[in-house]
Amino acid sequence: MDHERYSDDYIREILRQTKTIAMVGASSNWNRPSYFAMKYLQRKSFRVIPVNPREAGNEILGETVYGTLADIPEKIDMVDVFRNSEAAGAVADEAIAVGAKILWMQLGVRNDAAAARAEAAGLKVVMNRCPKIEFGRLSREIGWMGINTGVISSKRRAKL
Amino acid sequence: MTDETNPYGIETLAVHAGASPDPVTGSRATPIHQTTSFVFDDVDHAASLFNLQAFGNIYTRLTNPTVAVLEQRLAGLEGGRGAVAAASGHSAQMMAFHVLMEAGDHFIAAKQLYGGSLTQFGQAFKKFGWDCTTVDATNVQNFRDAMKPNTKAIFIENLANPGGVVVDMEAVAAVAHEAGIPLIVDNTLATPFLCRPFEWGADIAVHSLTKFLGGHGNSLGGMIVESGQFDWAQNDKYPTLTQPNPSYHGLKFFETFGDMAYSVAIRALSLRDLGPALSPTNAFYILNGIETLPLRMERHCDNALKVAEFLESHAKVEWVSYAGLKSSPYYDLGQKYLPRGAGAVFTFGVKGGFESGVTLVENVELFSHLANIGDTRSLIIHPASTTHRQLEEAELIAAGAGPDVVRLSVGIESVDDIIRDLDQALAKV
Repeated sequence: MDHERYSDDYIREILRQTKTIAMVGASSNWNRPSYFAMKYLQRKSFRVIPVNPREAGNEILGETVYGTLADIPEKIDMVDVFRNSEAAGAVADEAIAVGAKILWMQLGVRNDAAAARAEAAGLKVVMNRCPKIEFGRLSREIGWMGINTGVISSKRRAKL
Repeated sequence: MTDETNPYGIETLAVHAGASPDPVTGSRATPIHQTTSFVFDDVDHAASLFNLQAFGNIYTRLTNPTVAVLEQRLAGLEGGRGAVAAASGHSAQMMAFHVLMEAGDHFIAAKQLYGGSLTQFGQAFKKFGWDCTTVDATNVQNFRDAMKPNTKAIFIENLANPGGVVVDMEAVAAVAHEAGIPLIVDNTLATPFLCRPFEWGADIAVHSLTKFLGGHGNSLGGMIVESGQFDWAQNDKYPTLTQPNPSYHGLKFFETFGDMAYSVAIRALSLRDLGPALSPTNAFYILNGIETLPLRMERHCDNALKVAEFLESHAKVEWVSYAGLKSSPYYDLGQKYLPRGAGAVFTFGVKGGFESGVTLVENVELFSHLANIGDTRSLIIHPASTTHRQLEEAELIAAGAGPDVVRLSVGIESVDDIIRDLDQALAKV
């Protein structure tokens, strides 16, 4: 798997099969990037469950915060890692243990060893990307901000 | 069909980048969204938009769907991450610096620039407390020598107006990056069809869309494009991008928006507070022009080379400065940076100096005597008596606009007609 470049179809398929996202490193501070991403993804009909040991038991954007992935009582499709590249290793192992289908590391986060373990366990992996930005890009919404989507389509509706 | 694993060609991007059929009506051409404002779904949606947490439209000073297609078109053509449109090339330059500079900061610019840029940098920017040193860009060491602790950017034209000077962009980018600052390139004369500055290490491209991109001399416009490759947090030079912003409740642009932070900050701060938004109708005209950019540039360059060769052999012409001529000192750099052609704007010296220049521009019949470039029509001007008249004599010569200099912007008419018109006018000199 080439983790430098992803095809649009690979990202599209991942976003299509995802309904529930566990966001590790979610923040209750409204001006943090994770809060931006969580709020956006909720509005796009994803269920986002925040994970942050320091906030366990509190609520962020109407969702209960859990201390670890293992504490979440529901089935998780994607684990979205808002931690640094080193910490992503342990998160990957927890994601495998809870049976997540997708391991997604945020912009600036890359851990090739963790990715290899996750892929060996059958997970799909994305690194150094943001699901909010990728959803915005493939839906063409991010183009409203003058951002280059790289998407050209003669179809009336965005494929997503 | 294609994506980052397999990018589109530039001719395809010129027609399609940023534009899809309208999802509601199916309109294939980009609609002109001639509206000041946009309704919110509800209060929470409005709050998300104002907080920059959702993508969407509030007010045309900040974003507009027609203008956004043009922004994506330029970002696509340049191979950049994002772009912000402006009412003119000049206001694009102002905003390109606005998020980088504090009062008391400094930047370095090439001496070989459009005269209007030299005046903007040397006079208008001085009133903001932005200090600019201009250097001879034909010697890259000059940029290194002019560097100061508070230098925030280097600014060049890769193909300079009007002197036909090609700057060694890759070497200048290396000087900028050694100092931890971005290289800003005015790519107006080359357009992304002839040169893509990000492929040579530039970090920001600015454009006057008024010229070859729009291409038909009917609409003003400007653009800032960012590569998305510059690390704004590598030093403490760019607090607007890296420090909490008080007008967004402590949001940090680079942390939140990453490789698109510069263009988001220009939109959220510079367009918001300085206000030079592009009209949607102008965006529509410019988009139409860009669709034929590759075809036009090929013809512009072919015609320009033939006209330059004609002038070089003309008895009343002292010299011709066109990087496409083998006699040009910039021929080799032109082959490196502009292999598809050296553009269509160049200068020549008419024997007899100032008076001869005036006689020539007053006797052409097909060429239009006016202060623009990059039109389908052939254009002529005598810079010393018009565009560059704000400059002192020494500055005129340094900018390649001495008293004998005549500037042409060669159009896409029949090249024989263009040459015949110059020939008859030169006969009257």
